[in-house]
Amino acid sequence: MPYQIIVCGGIAPDPLQTLEPAMGPAGPALKNEMMLPAVFDPWAAHALYEAAHLARQFPGSSIRVVTLAPKAKLQQVMMTVAQKLPFELIPIDGPGGGFTDAVEVSKVLAQAISAIPGIDMSQFLLFGGWESATRGSGCVIPMVAARLGIEDCFLAVDELKIEDGALVIKERVEGGLLQVSRCSAPPAALAWATGSLPEPPNHPQTGMANMRAMMPALQRAKPAGLTGEGFSVPQATLPAQQRQTQVVKDKPAAEISRELLEWIKG
Amino acid sequence: MQGKHMEKILVLLHTEADGSLGRAARECLSLAASLGKYDLAISGADASAAANSAEGSAERILCIAADEFAVPRSSTDSAAAEMLIRTSGATLVLAPGTSRWSRALPMAAARLGGVIDTHAVGLEVVGDSIQVKRWFYRQRIEGTVARSGSPWIVVIEPGAFTATEATPRQATIETQSLELAVSPRTTVEGTISTAAGEQTIRPDAALLFVAGAGWTKKQKDGQVHFADAADRIQTFVHKSKCSLGSSKSLVDLSSEGEAVLPFLTHLHQVGQTGSTPRHRKGLATCCHGEEPHVVGWRFINERRAVNLDPNCGWARGKADVLYVADAFEVMKELNALLD
Repeated sequence: MPYQIIVCGGIAPDPLQTLEPAMGPAGPALKNEMMLPAVFDPWAAHALYEAAHLARQFPGSSIRVVTLAPKAKLQQVMMTVAQKLPFELIPIDGPGGGFTDAVEVSKVLAQAISAIPGIDMSQFLLFGGWESATRGSGCVIPMVAARLGIEDCFLAVDELKIEDGALVIKERVEGGLLQVSRCSAPPAALAWATGSLPEPPNHPQTGMANMRAMMPALQRAKPAGLTGEGFSVPQATLPAQQRQTQVVKDKPAAEISRELLEWIKG
Repeated sequence: MQGKHMEKILVLLHTEADGSLGRAARECLSLAASLGKYDLAISGADASAAANSAEGSAERILCIAADEFAVPRSSTDSAAAEMLIRTSGATLVLAPGTSRWSRALPMAAARLGGVIDTHAVGLEVVGDSIQVKRWFYRQRIEGTVARSGSPWIVVIEPGAFTATEATPRQATIETQSLELAVSPRTTVEGTISTAAGEQTIRPDAALLFVAGAGWTKKQKDGQVHFADAADRIQTFVHKSKCSLGSSKSLVDLSSEGEAVLPFLTHLHQVGQTGSTPRHRKGLATCCHGEEPHVVGWRFINERRAVNLDPNCGWARGKADVLYVADAFEVMKELNALLD
């Protein structure tokens, strides 16, 4: 059976960048936010790779990526992501930072997905990252699922297998364990953790084919219209956690180990 | 903080597999008690018994304890949470950030037309309103969130508040049975440990031990020593009963087809795309202390590192002590001392 997979994923500042909040009239933002290099959100990227893996196993499956992000920034990120696998982009133009309301974002994403013609709920899988690298709330995918009428939602997913049409899912739970669940059939929502798949290599031809459809889609991207009503972030600061590091050189391993043992037991 | 706000508070808990209330639930009760009067709602196996064992200042107790709610599952848990919140009429809902509630409560919030914030590490009363403290950008920026919508579900980060000791009492319990609109389509088959059977992050351990990618690199003799590395790491973990973590780079090597330490999986990963565990102490070995990894150390109080590079990230204000030394030798000596 083919699947209709929709992956929700945003963009995030490159993890190696230094981030600094700056308060503005509309609340906090990142200093030089539009200048920071961005990447496709890491856990959402894993969701996308898992979607591609599933689609390859079931011919006829489709992958759409619904993204809420500033479209100029999104275009830059897609230049790389589009080379990984074939998919259709459904962009929504709006702020992609962490200081937006997850509740409002979930409404916008659910509306965008509802507007896609030809969605068959018996084939529908909603994918996304467990938590974004920006807001990190971990609640957008479950809320989108609820708004779309999907009752079976799985969080921190590391593995999906299809067995006789049923979805067998492993989710991370407390104590380093994986919970194994069996969902009889789609629709279902899966918010992925790391999964087990490597990042696909770049494939320039796929990228060119994707971008031919993505560029017009980006130009037509509708504004998200986030109002932030009833939500505010009155304060955002960097944690004051700079330590005075003592660098110990030229000490024999035996002495270091004794010192460490004392520290561990202390 | 009592009396400074007009919220009707509900503490929403679930029982563990054995019918008890977990530590995160007791932390939530402790926080609620500091805010004033509250109602208590519990879902799951033996919810009524758990309510009797709960901290004793709740004014009203609601339970849902049918068999369908014994296992963690989004459809039944979210339906239970929705009914309990709706019945209570609460405007502020405090719930522990367990995997079970993290999955179900956003769904309940959406259906109730409410709002939700997760990973709350603090609550402040500012004027007549409450502000929630949480982290943004994976523990790199801390901030506060204020809201006017309701019900407002605040999911409390485990470990952020002190758990109170149980003060049991025989409570008057109003038990409500929940009728599901649909039968659950998902069955929970159980839990399994990681494929290698090795421990990962152990929340109760005092020490976090992180093995970085340097364990798999060529050593002084120009050779790699996977067996020695695995032996030293596993011996230390078993002897010290510490929590075992890793950096993304080491974990990623396996997915890129390189030879790695087989017992390290993505579940061990600490940092931006891994976990942010809470331990009193942390020891990093053969790890460079780059920012995406160190954000996962936000709640590690005392930090030491062993690395050959004196200019690594740990040296730049991220660790209390950096030992510039060969971790292979140090861990061999340390393991001998632990005998």
